[in-house]
Amino acid sequence: MKRRKLDLAQVPANIGKGVDDRFQAATPLRGLLNKVFPDHWSFLLGEIALFSFVVLLLSGVFLTLFFDPSMREVAYDGPYTALRGTEMSAAYASSLHLSFEVRGGLFMRQMHHWAALLFMASIVIHMARVFFTGAFRKPREANWTIGVILFLLGFFAGFTGYSLPDDGLSGTGLRIASAIMLSIPVIGTWLSAAVFGGEYPGELIIGRFYIAHVLLIPGGLLALIAAHLGIVFKQKHTQWPGPMRTNDNVVGERMFPRYALKQGGFFMAVFGTIALMAGLFQINPIWLFGPYRAAEVSSASQPDWYVMFMDGLVRLMPAWQIDIPIGDGYVIPPLFWPAVVGLGALFTLPMLYPSMEARRLKDHKSHHILQRPRDAPERTGVGAMAFTFFMVATISGANDVIADKFHISLNAMTWAGRIGLILLPPLAYYISVRICLGLQQHDREVLAHGVETGIIRRLPNGKFEEVHQPLGPVDDHGHPLPLDYAGWVVPKKMNRLGALAPAVKGFFFPVEKPVEAPVSPAVPPVSGPGTREEITSGR
Amino acid sequence: MTSDTPAGRRFRVFTRRRSAPSRARRRIGAAVRMLAALALAGGVYTAFAPGAFAEDDRQLSTAAQEGKALFDNSCITCHGRNAEGVEGRGPSLIGVGSASVEFQVGTGRMPMTRQEAQAEQKRPVFDETQTKQLGQYIQELGGGPEIPAGSLTKDVESDPEALSNGGELFRLNCSQCHGFGGAGGALSSGKFAPSLHDPTAEQIYGAMLTGPQNMPVFGDNELTPSEKQDIITYISLQLQEDTDPGGLFDLGGYGPSTEGLAIFVVGITLLVFAALWIAGKS
Repeated sequence: MKRRKLDLAQVPANIGKGVDDRFQAATPLRGLLNKVFPDHWSFLLGEIALFSFVVLLLSGVFLTLFFDPSMREVAYDGPYTALRGTEMSAAYASSLHLSFEVRGGLFMRQMHHWAALLFMASIVIHMARVFFTGAFRKPREANWTIGVILFLLGFFAGFTGYSLPDDGLSGTGLRIASAIMLSIPVIGTWLSAAVFGGEYPGELIIGRFYIAHVLLIPGGLLALIAAHLGIVFKQKHTQWPGPMRTNDNVVGERMFPRYALKQGGFFMAVFGTIALMAGLFQINPIWLFGPYRAAEVSSASQPDWYVMFMDGLVRLMPAWQIDIPIGDGYVIPPLFWPAVVGLGALFTLPMLYPSMEARRLKDHKSHHILQRPRDAPERTGVGAMAFTFFMVATISGANDVIADKFHISLNAMTWAGRIGLILLPPLAYYISVRICLGLQQHDREVLAHGVETGIIRRLPNGKFEEVHQPLGPVDDHGHPLPLDYAGWVVPKKMNRLGALAPAVKGFFFPVEKPVEAPVSPAVPPVSGPGTREEITSGR
Repeated sequence: MTSDTPAGRRFRVFTRRRSAPSRARRRIGAAVRMLAALALAGGVYTAFAPGAFAEDDRQLSTAAQEGKALFDNSCITCHGRNAEGVEGRGPSLIGVGSASVEFQVGTGRMPMTRQEAQAEQKRPVFDETQTKQLGQYIQELGGGPEIPAGSLTKDVESDPEALSNGGELFRLNCSQCHGFGGAGGALSSGKFAPSLHDPTAEQIYGAMLTGPQNMPVFGDNELTPSEKQDIITYISLQLQEDTDPGGLFDLGGYGPSTEGLAIFVVGITLLVFAALWIAGKS
């Protein structure tokens, strides 16, 4: 019998056929791999959040192998001499063990923390992209709401994680959380007692936050992220307007191979950036904060940046306490307004924004084409207003550090924050609406008259006139026919039209040498004869 | 008169038993007793209290005389003649001790540039010898706390407890204002707690002992000299020497605020450029 020769080239095809024979995967897989995604750099911002979440899961699993979520008192006897012999909770001792004794432990902890900051930062940036381009409009309102809830879950994931090491900073944060719970009228006391298992801090909170941080909240995040991506998949990604792009199609790249390769590369970029930051920048040096003692609160005890806006609102709130003389008397402390009402409003309003806008504009159509921010000036203005409010609140959350490092009085910072919180958002609204209208007008002007060429022509009667290059056909007199605005970038420079050499490309060095500008034959050469006689008086 | 009261009646009964002295004698006797009491009180006071002009005839040492000359040139405007202070300008320096002078002058805080919330640290106006002379003058003028001679830090090899004890005391007493990493922090109305990354052991000791500017005094009853040395050991070994693990940059030790800045300035910026680059490849 003749031995059959193995044909290596046929192996993948054979395996694929075998799989398809058994699972009938070819048809759905073909649809999946051929799915088209529109390509634009701003569509990659949400991916930063997705990829940093993957890093969070991986590094977090590593940390759980060494962390002991217990508030049992132990005396530290590890290698960090500055704390040796100090009484502390087992949670803090195991965090120190993780940082100083576990190989690569500190790096993993720092990676986890930086990934958390990046996760929240990219959520905010991605949210801004979706908001300013109108990507939240019908049919994507539900996905926008899921996104806001994802931010809220990330907020709580971050806060519970911040509390776990049980160092001085964790305890101070928990103390504030307990105060916020206590500030809620009527139920506050019971709520705080239920969460902490009695009086703050109790002996349960680390264990409870641990299970919330490693199971409940990540579970919720995972489920909502899956829903978020599934909805994007089903509803298809929005795209910018452009040639061949309509409200009913998607123009872009197939998922396989190009899009998948780009995403894989970008995942590596995110992973690398987080690892780079974890290796270069120290984050949360828990050993300096020491074990939590109620009497010790360091200055510059701040929450992580995404909670700082709430801290800022609390700092800016005047001390207005409301006493209600019913029964033994109830008190609504000033803390209640920024921390409970404010936080609630700041999460509810964005969730409702899509329906508010649709209602106001009476716009109930489906939109798959994005809008440039300038084309929706009011939305852009509202976004700028919200962003300014958030910035003032966040900066006020760090106002003591800013006051100290920039030599400003802390009282002045507080008052600047109070006034700024009220005055700056409307100002930001006005300025951004005006900028949007100006940009719109300039687009229309170029469409009507053409691109500025930079050539000034002098007419026989002595009049000077700027020459415009029309973007479309002209009428019998040479005047451009007005063009419609297509919702996308209007070319405003001659080199965009191909009339001049392309602009120099490249980040640090030009990718290609710029072509020399064409010289009109009517212009005499600039360089004269090589030698010139010296002009003298003749003597 | 209180003759109706039972007490008064009893008194009368008591005096009536003896033969009553004449009115004149009673008066003279009272005057003599009064004089004797006054003389006794005055005598005791003169014997124990320092004389009103004691410092005039006390001889200042040479160093103190040099210091007095410097004082009369540079400090007298605000702190007044014989360092008695000037209302509304500068406090009296009687009893502040050389520790205070050496801290305030040695770190350049005194002489002050202008009257403001807090004297800024700057390049010292006086050199080390002049500072010592000024300190000597104030010390001889009114006494007060002095910075002890010898090492102000402890050797952690021989005394391993010192570092962790110092850390505990630092977090309890210092970190509220100076921050967990000793980077300094803001107080109200333009006042501040300065960074602890630069001062020497003597300056930290002097500050604890004398409570300059807005700092409370940590006298030897609050923190014993040994505890002060523990704190200085912690500050100099843990916060000043950059032996802190966790990467090349500690972002100033200001806590989460600079970390939040870094994630946007470094992380988000890098990744937005990466996104631009990747999306541009088509």
